[in-house]
Amino acid sequence: MMMNIFSAFGHRSSAPLARERLKILLTHERRSGSQELVAVLHRAVLEAIAKHIDIDPDKVDIEIRHRDTFSLLEINLELPTIVHGSALKPQQAA
Amino acid sequence: MAKVVVVTSGKGGVGKTTTTAALGAALAQTGDKVAVVDFDVGLRNLDLVMGAERRVVFDLINVARGEANLSQALIRDRRVDSLYLLAASQTRDKDALTEEGVAAVILQLRERFDWIICDSPAGIERGATLAMRFADLAIVVTNPEVSSVRDSDRIIGLLDSKTVKAERGERMEKFLLLTRYDAARAARGDMLSVEDVLDILSIPLLGIVPESRDVLRASNIGAPVSIGNLASPAAIAYIDAARRLGGVPVPLVRPEERKSLFGRFFTRRAA
Repeated sequence: MMMNIFSAFGHRSSAPLARERLKILLTHERRSGSQELVAVLHRAVLEAIAKHIDIDPDKVDIEIRHRDTFSLLEINLELPTIVHGSALKPQQAA
Repeated sequence: MAKVVVVTSGKGGVGKTTTTAALGAALAQTGDKVAVVDFDVGLRNLDLVMGAERRVVFDLINVARGEANLSQALIRDRRVDSLYLLAASQTRDKDALTEEGVAAVILQLRERFDWIICDSPAGIERGATLAMRFADLAIVVTNPEVSSVRDSDRIIGLLDSKTVKAERGERMEKFLLLTRYDAARAARGDMLSVEDVLDILSIPLLGIVPESRDVLRASNIGAPVSIGNLASPAAIAYIDAARRLGGVPVPLVRPEERKSLFGRFFTRRAA
């Protein structure tokens, strides 16, 4: 009887916890799976932009986000303030 | 056109061999020619589950190495005419399997069968990668349990990158088969639900096989669960999954719904 009362009140479902733990873990593991691709893209984007604009390599942020049926490539670049093409490299400005 | 299907999971003990035998037998009963192929070199068990363990003379590796021809190695099922087994080698090392050898065997099987179902070993080593290598379609067998779901996610990643189809830039078709599902526990929140697993793995659902005593019983007697007791929920689940695989749009009844219909029926009777 005591056991029944205990289990009736003490029962907390465990599946939601399993779901949350898996979601967090797999987000992390899927990301590390695409790290190689991220590194290649990081280099390529940096090279392409650096031809035209002086850019700090640390200000290039690339991430791949996984959605249900597709993945999202997110590229964030922080540029120096551009005033009338002031940030353009000289040979390109001409 | 022959279809090469890999039954895979990453994790061991989730029901790959049971699934290979059950789907193979169910597909063969529709009249299609089916070959089930064991890739678990050194730890073969498909022969045992199919009840053909004493009939294995030549195996996958013998054929891959040209030591035997395919006809000598294929074992015809005694119950279902168009079902054949190609066993794995029990004595050889798993490294005896080469990509070229497997490619040659698959090519020959494609000429003779409608379905070639490859039973993958657990893990992500050579046997598992070769089992999926030439597949047109993958069945990811998953239990509603954290370690199985995690390993399935990893396997999905490999299916999308390490198969011939993926390397050609084509999309690898993947289906989830949820096995050992206990609808009552899921309803109580004590087991990941169908929706939870689908939400996490994001691949289409081929079927839900309920936890069932009939699975152990079938392996005890050496018969695919889908051709034993046809009233068994596990048998029904596999037969339906096989029909979906064959392109028949069989509606998927969630075990919870089945139970609630049943429950409603009973309440009405009692009232």
